[in-house]
Amino acid sequence: MDFLAFLGARALAVLRGWGHAALFFVDLLGALLPSLRRFGLVVAQIHAIGNRSLVIILASGMAVGFVLALQLYNTLITFGAAESLGLVVNLSLVRELGPVVTALLFAGRAGTSLTAEIGLMKAGEQLSALELMAIEPRQRVLAPRFWAGVISMPLLAILFSAIGILGAWVVAVGLIGIDAGNFWAIQQSGVDVWRDVGNGVVKSAVFGVICTAVALYQGYETEATPEGVAYATTRTVVISSLGVLAMDFILTALMFTTGR
Amino acid sequence: MTKRGMEILVGLFVLLGMLALVFVALKAANLTSFNSGATYVLTARFDNIGGLKVRAPVRSAGVAVGRVTSIVLDPKTYQGVVTLAVDQRFKFPQDSAAKILTSGLLGDQYIGIEPGGDDVDLAPGANIAQTQSAVVLENLIGQLLTGKAAVAGTVMEAPQ
Repeated sequence: MDFLAFLGARALAVLRGWGHAALFFVDLLGALLPSLRRFGLVVAQIHAIGNRSLVIILASGMAVGFVLALQLYNTLITFGAAESLGLVVNLSLVRELGPVVTALLFAGRAGTSLTAEIGLMKAGEQLSALELMAIEPRQRVLAPRFWAGVISMPLLAILFSAIGILGAWVVAVGLIGIDAGNFWAIQQSGVDVWRDVGNGVVKSAVFGVICTAVALYQGYETEATPEGVAYATTRTVVISSLGVLAMDFILTALMFTTGR
Repeated sequence: MTKRGMEILVGLFVLLGMLALVFVALKAANLTSFNSGATYVLTARFDNIGGLKVRAPVRSAGVAVGRVTSIVLDPKTYQGVVTLAVDQRFKFPQDSAAKILTSGLLGDQYIGIEPGGDDVDLAPGANIAQTQSAVVLENLIGQLLTGKAAVAGTVMEAPQ
């Protein structure tokens, strides 16, 4: 009986947590359109979230491009297929690595700062103060950050892919000596704008929603103590990373497995 | 930082992202190699399509002029019906032939159109009458073996 009660209590707690998060998300969605009237707030948040993540995204993209080109060349050359290096690098970046690695970096770089910022606002009772002044905190504080995350993520992901391809180009053409014309031509013949690039952008937008929503929720629901904020920040990274990876599998299965 | 300075930086970031998208779409994907241009439809029937796939290129004299848009089996004749989307700019004579060819020894298969000499061009939706099926490697090997056997047979018989 004790065991049954324990099991039931846990299940109810999990369900309650999910329901709470879903209600929060619906409330947030309701605040999205009204918040656009103060677009300056969104711009300020894009600066805080997007611009400031630029350096780490570009550096990682470049490094991934370099390493992919070097590693793949070693394998491809044994099959006499070194010419298709550009295609393999391009597809793996545009379809998978660009959106996913960007989302993981974004969760670490921007998600944590969102959670900590909102958690401290809550701890300092700034959110309650806003409410006292009849300012809806979701509209004024949360929604602009959500917009910024959703707008920034696809931009960052495509930048990651582009710089990665350029990095691979540096290694493949400059270092290894693959013909530059061949490097680009095989990509142009093998990569489809809508199917590959378009789906990559869709993926990164979905990841943007996941990462930002999780970060905001964790910040908004944090316990108003230093430990609470620390715990919430950690959970932001763990939950958004796992969420991104799980969603990536689902999206890949939906996008890239159907025939042809 | 002033508000204006921040706005300029955000504008730069957005512009950079757009540029990256344009770069990937134009330089590293197939947006430039006719995708959007107007096309017309041709069909061709093959006894065996081999490893031909949807979206395989259609080439004439080695130049890409279109793509395969669908492949279905005709339930009556048991032939593979291949639908081609060919660039509007290129018209082919009515007696042109469609062949399933392979790029390189083990490369992907594509459709090659060999223009005929007729004065009338193939109309949109027309069927290409003359076709040549894919060369299936297994059949080829089979033929080679039976051919070898036949040759061996005649050589054995020859001394008499």
